[in-house]
Amino acid sequence: MTDFLNSLLLIDIAGAATLAWLAIGMLGLFAPRRMIASTLFPAGALVALLLAASCLWGLNSTPQIAVLPLGLPDLPFHLRLDVLSTFFLFLLGAAATGISLYSAGYFRAMGEQSGSKLNLLCLQYHVFLASMAWVLLADDAYFFMVAWETMALSSYFLVTTDHEIPEIRRAGFLYLLIAHVGAIGILLSFGVMQGGHGDYTFATMRAGHLDPLWANAAFLLALFGFGAKAGLLPMHAWLPEAHPAAPSPVSALMSGIMLKTAIYGILRVTFDLLDDRLWWWGALMLVLGLLTALFGVLFAAVQSDIKRLLAYSSIENIGIIVSGIGLSVLLNAYGENAVAALALTATLYHTLNHAFFKGLLFMGTGSVLHATTERNMAKLGGLIHHMPWVAMTALVGTLAIAGLPPFNGFVSEWLMLQAYLLAPTLPEPYLNMMLPLGAAALALAAALAAYAMVKFYGIVFLGRPRRQNQEQTQIHDAGIWERLGLVWMAAGCVLLGLFPVNVILQLDHVTQLLVGNDLGNSAARTGWLWLTPVAPERASYSPLLLFMMMLGGIALTFLIVRKFYHGRLRMGAAWDCGYPLQTPRMQDSADGFGQPIKQIFEQFFGLSREVPSPFDPHPHYQSEVTDPLWKIFYRPIARSAEFISRSVGMLQQGRISMYLLYSFVTLIALLALVI
Amino acid sequence: MKLSTLLFQFFQNGLVLLLAPLLLGWVNQCRAWLQNRSGAGLLQPYRMLFKLFHKDAVLADNASVLFRSTPYILFSCMWLAASLVPMVATDLPLSAAVDVIALVGILALARVFIALAAMDIGTAFGSLGARREMLVSFLAEPALLMVFFTAASISASTSLVTIVETIAHRGFFIYPSLAFAGIAFLMVLLAENARIPVDNPSTHLELTMIHEAMILEYSARHLALIEWASSLKLLVYMSIGFALFLPFGITEAGNWAALPLSLAALFAKLAVAGFGLALLETLSAKQRVFRVPEYLGTAFLLAVLAILIHYLLGA
Amino acid sequence: MAVIEHLPIAQQLLNLFAALLLLIAFAMLSQRRILSLINLFALQGFILTLSIADSAWLTHQNHLYYSAALTLLIKVIILPWLLHRLIRQLNIEWDVETLINIPTTMLIGIVLVVFAFNLALPISELSGTILRHTLGIATASVLLSFMMMITRRKAVPQVIGFLAMENGLFFAATSATYGMPMVVELGIALDVLVGMFIFGIFFFQIRETFDSLEIRHMEKLKED
Repeated sequence: MTDFLNSLLLIDIAGAATLAWLAIGMLGLFAPRRMIASTLFPAGALVALLLAASCLWGLNSTPQIAVLPLGLPDLPFHLRLDVLSTFFLFLLGAAATGISLYSAGYFRAMGEQSGSKLNLLCLQYHVFLASMAWVLLADDAYFFMVAWETMALSSYFLVTTDHEIPEIRRAGFLYLLIAHVGAIGILLSFGVMQGGHGDYTFATMRAGHLDPLWANAAFLLALFGFGAKAGLLPMHAWLPEAHPAAPSPVSALMSGIMLKTAIYGILRVTFDLLDDRLWWWGALMLVLGLLTALFGVLFAAVQSDIKRLLAYSSIENIGIIVSGIGLSVLLNAYGENAVAALALTATLYHTLNHAFFKGLLFMGTGSVLHATTERNMAKLGGLIHHMPWVAMTALVGTLAIAGLPPFNGFVSEWLMLQAYLLAPTLPEPYLNMMLPLGAAALALAAALAAYAMVKFYGIVFLGRPRRQNQEQTQIHDAGIWERLGLVWMAAGCVLLGLFPVNVILQLDHVTQLLVGNDLGNSAARTGWLWLTPVAPERASYSPLLLFMMMLGGIALTFLIVRKFYHGRLRMGAAWDCGYPLQTPRMQDSADGFGQPIKQIFEQFFGLSREVPSPFDPHPHYQSEVTDPLWKIFYRPIARSAEFISRSVGMLQQGRISMYLLYSFVTLIALLALVI
Repeated sequence: MKLSTLLFQFFQNGLVLLLAPLLLGWVNQCRAWLQNRSGAGLLQPYRMLFKLFHKDAVLADNASVLFRSTPYILFSCMWLAASLVPMVATDLPLSAAVDVIALVGILALARVFIALAAMDIGTAFGSLGARREMLVSFLAEPALLMVFFTAASISASTSLVTIVETIAHRGFFIYPSLAFAGIAFLMVLLAENARIPVDNPSTHLELTMIHEAMILEYSARHLALIEWASSLKLLVYMSIGFALFLPFGITEAGNWAALPLSLAALFAKLAVAGFGLALLETLSAKQRVFRVPEYLGTAFLLAVLAILIHYLLGA
Repeated sequence: MAVIEHLPIAQQLLNLFAALLLLIAFAMLSQRRILSLINLFALQGFILTLSIADSAWLTHQNHLYYSAALTLLIKVIILPWLLHRLIRQLNIEWDVETLINIPTTMLIGIVLVVFAFNLALPISELSGTILRHTLGIATASVLLSFMMMITRRKAVPQVIGFLAMENGLFFAATSATYGMPMVVELGIALDVLVGMFIFGIFFFQIRETFDSLEIRHMEKLKED
C-alpha cells in the first residue's frame, strides 16, 4: 500500500481529481435536486482540497509527463506537470475548496425550485473546474485548445444560468464572442510556435528556436489571446458584463481562477515555450498592465452595482499582475535575473492573493444578494448588524484588497515596489525613467483601490439601510456552508499575509524554473519571521511582529484605559451635529461617494448626464458612466465587421444562374491556372 | 538584541506618548501668538485628554463593533508608527520589522479604519468626512510613497534606519531631488494632518470639515484616544521629515551618553518646525475642497519629479 | 541609482539651483494670478543670476560675472518693474485666470520632463562643462514655458511664458557652453527690453480693439 502511495505521481493525483470532478458533475445530472447542494458540492470541495494539499506537498518535484490514449491519431493528449502548473493547480484547488463549500450553501435555495437548473449547473460547474485543471496540465496545442474551449463553453453556460433575463443573455454572448476571438489568437500563436515542423507538442515548441520576426508574432498573438481572456485593455469589455450576470460563486470562480489560467498561459508562452525574451515585450506588458490597472480602478470607483465594482477591480488586479510580468521580462531580457525573480515572485504572490480576496469578496456579495435581492448599492446599507459573519469576512477581504498590512495584498504590493526600487540601471535611458513612473502609477492604483473598497464596504455594510421599506428582520446571515467557505478564504488572506517567507520559499521553485534565480536564500536569511528580499539593511518587513505589536498596543490601551478610568457607556441617538431630522437618505449613495473621482477624471469616462432645469416640477437627475472604449474601439470594429459581412453577403443573389456562373468562373480560372 | 536597545525602545514608546500633546499645544500656542491672542497654554491638550477620559461615553444606538474598536486600532497604529520612526535613536529593535513602505501601509490602515467608522453611524457628516478623507488620501499616499522612494533611491534601502544613517553620515550634501521631495512632503504633511490649507483643525463648519466630520460621533475616552492619535500622527510626520531631510543629531540606540544631546536636538527641531507650521497656517487660507486634488496632484507630481531628477543628476 | 560622487559645495549648489529653476517652471504652469506669475518670473531670474555667479566662481570664467550682473539688472529688476507697471496701467493687477485642467497640464509637463531628460543625455556627453548634467533641466524648463504659452488664454501670461522660455534658453546656453559671447548676450538683452516696450504698446491696442485681453478674440481677424 505504501509502495502504491509512494509511486503515486502528482500528475496522477491531478488527473484523478479532474476525473472525480467530472464524475461529480455527471452524478449531479441525475441526482435528486434536494441533495445536490448538500452532498455533491462539498464532495467537489473535498477533491479540490486534496488537489491543493498534494500540489503543495509536491511543489518541488521534477516535471512529470503522461500521454493519454485520447485525442487525434497522431497527436494524443500530452499532459505535463511542472512547477508552474503545480503552483497554478494549487491556486485552483485552494480557491475552489472555499468556493465549492460556499456554493453548497448558496445553491440550496435553487434546489428547492422546480426545473433542472441545478442539475445542469452542477454538471457545468464541475466540468468548468476540470477543464481549468486540464488547461494547466496540457502539454500540446490540441489538448490545450480542447481544454480552453471546454472552459469557455462551460463558463458561458454558467454565466447564462438565469437566461430568462435579456441582459444576461447579452452579457453571455459578448463573453463567448471575446473568448473565441482570444482563442483564435492563441491558436494562431501555437501555429507560429510550431515553426513548420508540424508537431504541436509543447516539447517541440520548447526546443525550437524562432527568428525574431516569428517570435514577436507568437508573443503578440499570445498576449492578445490570453489578454482577451484575462481582461486586459482593450479586450476587457466582457468582464464587467459577464461577472455581474453570473451567479456569485461562478463570478468568484471566474475572477479568482479563470483569469489566472490566462496569466498561466502568458507565463507559459513567454518564459517557457519561447526561448528568448525581448526587452520591448516586457515594456509593452508593463505599460499595458499599468494602463489596465488605472482604467479598472477608476471605473471601479464610480460604480453603483456591487458586482460591477468587483469586476472592474479584477481588471485592475490583472493589470497589476501583467505589469509585474512585464517588469520581470524586461529585467530578464537584460540579464538581471535576481531582480527579475523578485518581480516574478511579487507577481505570482499577487496572483495567489487575488484568487483569495476576490473570491472572498464575490462570495460576500453573493450572500448580500441572497439576503436582500439587491445589487444596487443605493438600496443597501447597514448590513453589518444583520449579517455579522459576512460583514467580518468581507472586512478581511476589503482590507486585503486595499493593500493594507498585515494582510496578503500588502505583501505582494511591497514586493512589487521593492522590485521597482531595486531594479538596476538599464541601458536604455527611456526605460530607466519608465521604472519610477511605473512605481508611481502602481502606488496611485493601489491608493485608488483603497478608495473604491472603502466605498464598497462602507456603503454596503455600514451606515443605515437606505431603502426605507426594507424588511430588516428578514435579512438573514449566511448559512453554515457559506460561512465555511468565507472563513476558509479569509483565513487564506490572513495566513498569506502573516507568513510571507514560507510562501516565498515555495514560490522560489517556480521562479527558479522561469528566470533561473530565486529569492530563497536572501528572503529567509534572517529567519522565517523577517522578509528580507535582498538584505536586512536594504529592506525588511515582518508582518507577524507587526500584527502582534498592533494587537499588543490595542490590548494594552484597552486595559489601561479601563483600569485608570472607566468603561461607562450610554447609548443614544446619533449626534449628527444636532440636526434633528436625519433620514437614511442623507448618507452618501454609491454615486455620491464616487463623485469626486467622476469630477476629477471626467475626460476618461464616457459620462452622460441628465440635469433637471430649475423650472421642473418633478426634478430628475440621472448620470451614467459608460466605458469610452465601446465608442472608440468596439463599435468601429463591430461596424466594419458588419460592413464586410454585408459586402460578402452581396454574393448571395438568389438566382440560380448566378450560382452556376460562380461555378463556371471558378472552373475557367482553375483551368487557366493549371495550364 | 541588547537590553539597552530594548530599554531605548520602551523609552521612545513612552516619550512619544508624552510628547505628542505637547507638540500640539506648542503649535496651537504659536498660532495664538501669531493671531495676537493669548492662547490656552502649552498644557491644554493634556487637560483636554484628562477631561475626555473622565466622561461617560455616548454611542449612537446603531454603532457596530467596527465603530467601537476603531479608536483603539487607530491609537495603536499611530503609537506603533511613532515608536519606530528614528527620533532620538536609530537601530531600534522595532524598526527592522517595518520599513518605509510598511509605515505608509500602517498609516493607510489607520485611515481606512477611521473612514469606515465614520460611515458606520450613517449620518450625512460621516459619509462626507469619509469621502473627503479618501479624496485627500488617494493622492497623498502615492505622493508620500514617492517621497520615500526618492530617499530610498539615494540610500539604496527602504529601511528608515539605513536612510537616516546614510543621509546623516554623508555630511552636508545638497540633494536637489530631496529639495523637490521635501516640498512634496511638506504639502502631504499639511494635507494628512488636516492643517490649513487643506482642512481647518479647529473648524466646526460643515463646508470645511474633513477630519472633524469623521469623528463627530465619538465622545469621551474614544474621542480622547482619537485626538491623541492625531497628535501622534503629527509627531510621526514631523519626525519622518526630520529623519529624511534633517537627520543630524540622531544617535544609535543603546548610546545613553548621547541621549540628552539627541533629545535636545529633537526638541529644538520640533520647536522650530511647530512654529513654522503655525506660521504657514496663519499665512495661508483654506482652499476649496475641490482645489485640494489639484494641490495634492501637484505634490504627487513634484515627488515623481524628484525621482526623475535623481535619475538624471544622480543626486 | 548611481553612487553619488562627493562634489564640491559649489557644484552641489548648481544642481540645487537647476532643480529650483525647474520647480519654478512647474509652479508657473499652475498659477492663476498674474501677480504671482510676475513674482515667480522675478524669482526665476534671481535663481538664474545666482547660478551663473556660482558657475563663474567655480570655473573662473570671469565674463560670466558680467552675465550675472546683466541678468540681475534686466530680469530681476527692470523687466518685473515694467510688467508690474503694465498690469497696473491695463488694470488687470488682480486678474485671475481659469486654467484648462491643471492635472492634465501637469501630466503633460511630466512627460515633457522625461522627454527632455532623455534627449539631453547624449548631448551632455559631448559637452565639456561641469554643468552638463543640468542641460536636461534647462531643456525641460524651456519646453514647460513653451507649454505655458500654449495653454494660456490671456495676453500677459503668454508673454511671461515667452520670457521664462528665454530664461531657460539662457540657462541651457550657460550649462552647455559657459554662456554666449558677450556681444550676443548684450544684443539679446537689448532685444528683450525693446520687445517688452513693444508688447506694452500692443496690449493697449488689443485692449482698445477687442475690449479684452483674451487671445481668442484675435481669431476674429481671420479672413473668412
